[in-house]
Amino acid sequence: MSDELVVAGEKVGSRLIIGTGGAPSMQVIDEVIGASGTALCTVSMRRVDPSTTGSVLDVLAHHGVRVLPNTAGCRTAREAVLTAQLAREALETDWVKLEVVADDDTLLPDAVELLDAAERLVADGFKVFPYTNDDPILARRLQRVGCVAVMPLGAPIGSGLGILNQHNIELIVAEAEVPVVLDAGVGTASDAALAMELGCDAVLLASAVTRAQEPAMMAAAMASAVAAGRLAHRAGRIPKREHARASSPTTGMAVL
Amino acid sequence: MILTINGERREFDDGATLADLVAATVPTDRGVAVAVDGEVAPRGTWAGLALRDGQAIELLTAVQGG
Repeated sequence: MSDELVVAGEKVGSRLIIGTGGAPSMQVIDEVIGASGTALCTVSMRRVDPSTTGSVLDVLAHHGVRVLPNTAGCRTAREAVLTAQLAREALETDWVKLEVVADDDTLLPDAVELLDAAERLVADGFKVFPYTNDDPILARRLQRVGCVAVMPLGAPIGSGLGILNQHNIELIVAEAEVPVVLDAGVGTASDAALAMELGCDAVLLASAVTRAQEPAMMAAAMASAVAAGRLAHRAGRIPKREHARASSPTTGMAVL
Repeated sequence: MILTINGERREFDDGATLADLVAATVPTDRGVAVAVDGEVAPRGTWAGLALRDGQAIELLTAVQGG
């Protein structure tokens, strides 16, 4: 049975989205993309460095992976909108991962600027994937202004703390009418599996893989975890019970 | 004229266009986007956009990022 991720009416070939940041070399990115089976990767927009050889875009193109530019580092809606417009110009895509963070210590989204930027970008024809707090009401507002997905954090970027508020993620999933992508906070495979079990449609991660001791191995682990979590979600888990419930028959017992 | 290119002041010939500047600054314009004084300059406008003294130009491209 087909179970493809569809965002903004377009199929995305994997439910694991990889951020290319944090990798020590282009070679590692190449290996990670191969091992992850991802179909969508984020990149950032930065000043051209003429001394740089080889582009992350070449690696993505080699794997046939779609590019999702982000607005990482932007602090205001104005900066984020301009960065998104430049990304669209450079990369010829209207998809954008919208990040508007408040400060360097938390890297948490600035909700007010984020919503403002999302509204402006949607009006300008962008397909907006907002990186957002694990706030069901903000997620609702982002959908209302026309975002094509919502991407709540599990925990702060790069922290590897997992999903700190499962309840809020479940609330976001329960009322979402667009795909929910768990973005940020994943530390290891079980975090990614949990996100999918909670009903998220995809997981976006970078540091957990690119900064692992064996990035390609961790990428393969994440791919398995996302697939397992998705299957478990669709299969329907048993309810949790306070007491045991025998799985062996309770009738026909011998009298010994 | 003096222009500020990616934060560095550089001298350019009067009458240079944005296309001239891009060609002189980056090895390839593939995957490059340009902002002039905080506004996006679409690729199609580069050749016809005459630069003026004091303008700030940002040339961006995609790099690794989460």
